[in-house]
Amino acid sequence: MRKPERPRKTERQTGAVHSQTRLGDKLDAWFAHHSTSAIDSLLRLLHTPGSSLITWLVVAIALTLPAALLVGLMNLQQLAGNWEDTNQISAFLDTKLSDAEAQTLRNKWQKLEGVAQVDYLAPADALTEFRDYSGLGRLIDNLDHNPLPGVLLVQPRTGSSLDALYQQLLAEPGVADVRIDMLWVQRLEQLMSLAERLVLTLACLLALGLILIVGNTLRLAIENRREEILVAKLVGATDAYVRRPFLYAGLWYGLGGGILASLFLALGLGLLSQPVTQLNLLYASQFTLKGLGLIGSLQLILAGGFLGLAGAWLAVARHLRLIRPH
Amino acid sequence: MIRFDSVSKRYPNGFEALSDLNFEVAPGEMVFLTGHSGAGKSTLMKLIMLMERPTQGQIHVDGRNLNRLSNSQIPFYRRRVGVVFQNHQLLFDRTVFDNVALPLQVTGTSHHEIGKRVRAALDKVGLLDKERMNPITLSGGEQQRVGIARAVVHKPALLLADEPTGNLDPELSAEIMHFFTRFSEFGVTIMIASHDLELLKRMNKRVLGLSQGQLVHDGVIW
Repeated sequence: MRKPERPRKTERQTGAVHSQTRLGDKLDAWFAHHSTSAIDSLLRLLHTPGSSLITWLVVAIALTLPAALLVGLMNLQQLAGNWEDTNQISAFLDTKLSDAEAQTLRNKWQKLEGVAQVDYLAPADALTEFRDYSGLGRLIDNLDHNPLPGVLLVQPRTGSSLDALYQQLLAEPGVADVRIDMLWVQRLEQLMSLAERLVLTLACLLALGLILIVGNTLRLAIENRREEILVAKLVGATDAYVRRPFLYAGLWYGLGGGILASLFLALGLGLLSQPVTQLNLLYASQFTLKGLGLIGSLQLILAGGFLGLAGAWLAVARHLRLIRPH
Repeated sequence: MIRFDSVSKRYPNGFEALSDLNFEVAPGEMVFLTGHSGAGKSTLMKLIMLMERPTQGQIHVDGRNLNRLSNSQIPFYRRRVGVVFQNHQLLFDRTVFDNVALPLQVTGTSHHEIGKRVRAALDKVGLLDKERMNPITLSGGEQQRVGIARAVVHKPALLLADEPTGNLDPELSAEIMHFFTRFSEFGVTIMIASHDLELLKRMNKRVLGLSQGQLVHDGVIW
């Protein structure tokens, strides 16, 4: 079985220089270990598809929930944004005011700060419009005088205070009443910023949960490979070397969950798009349902990867220290 | 190569495993460590491997004071030492080749170099034809030889073996000892813990005898 072999002195001599490996080789080996760790940990996850899939699903759910709420909120904001563009202040003038006086007022207001545009709707025009659209044509023809006042339609500059403008216009001479019909848009906006905070809080909680889930999963993985870690440490593995495969496993859990989450979101939006299109047809609205998009999905996946890595780091820092020797 | 200066090790529970130990092992020397179980053999080995730290005294290995090594330096120190465990500590989730390659993998040796050295080490212990097998399918003696190949694959200056022939019959023990003697001829310092007196007599080497944590014998056993 064994070949008779003479002691070879030369072998020992080459052994003495083994620690002087070239830096380039070390760097190559470092990259090689990174890629083998990455592939090896992925293969390990795929080796137990059942339990890995469950972890991926849990991660995906923890990511999908806040992402879906965020997408919903984004769409609402887009909708509210459309309404805000049509935000308008109607200033009803005194019926005694003549068209010429109204035009003077219009020119004056045009120069006001916070005003983008002012249009004058004369009483006669208002009546024509009313007759055409209200369906009360005959009745209106029978009126002996025009009951409608002139209206100045003020388009506020975006970002200016509606309330201040409202007060200012109300104080103007010749103005009977001022109406901001879109007050509820502001309220909606307030509500949405509140909702945004709630979603952010929820996202933070779920992110924390995700970190703990990945951490716990990897704690078990570390326990299962305890013997291997011990032996590796005894033959001179650094902590970084021992950590690496687990950190990659965390990254894979996170990235996989992120990919699943973006698929879930795309699927959900796909299911919703049909009814939304029908609703749009009914209301002649130009609203389109917006998803995360390519960049958003990538961000979601990256966020998953980052959180998975954080969870792995947590588990590794806590549990590798407990495995003796140091 | 190894120098113990008044080394004591007391465990947190108050048990004194080693007390005031003084000895020196020259480079290239082959020494045996003996004593009943609980005499402190394993603790002594653990101190050299830096799995434990002494409560008192200084240990020098290969010119380095182990007390001065920080935790982050330990891996690099261990790469100069080879260890053979009593229960061989092989990993059954990989082949013989990968088990032996582990000490080289952790140092970042290139694939090509790993292949060469692992085969050289397996050749030395006569297991080159088993490199693709899982160690669980090997016999006890073969497993121990894989453990020895793993301990020498990175050509350590110091080789420690804790009861390497513990569960083997005399014939296999002699075979294992044959490997150690050969490594010793290459200039490796070797320390072997064993309670097999017959073996110690046959080997005719320096023996350090421990009893209740104290050095009670230093020399050849007749």
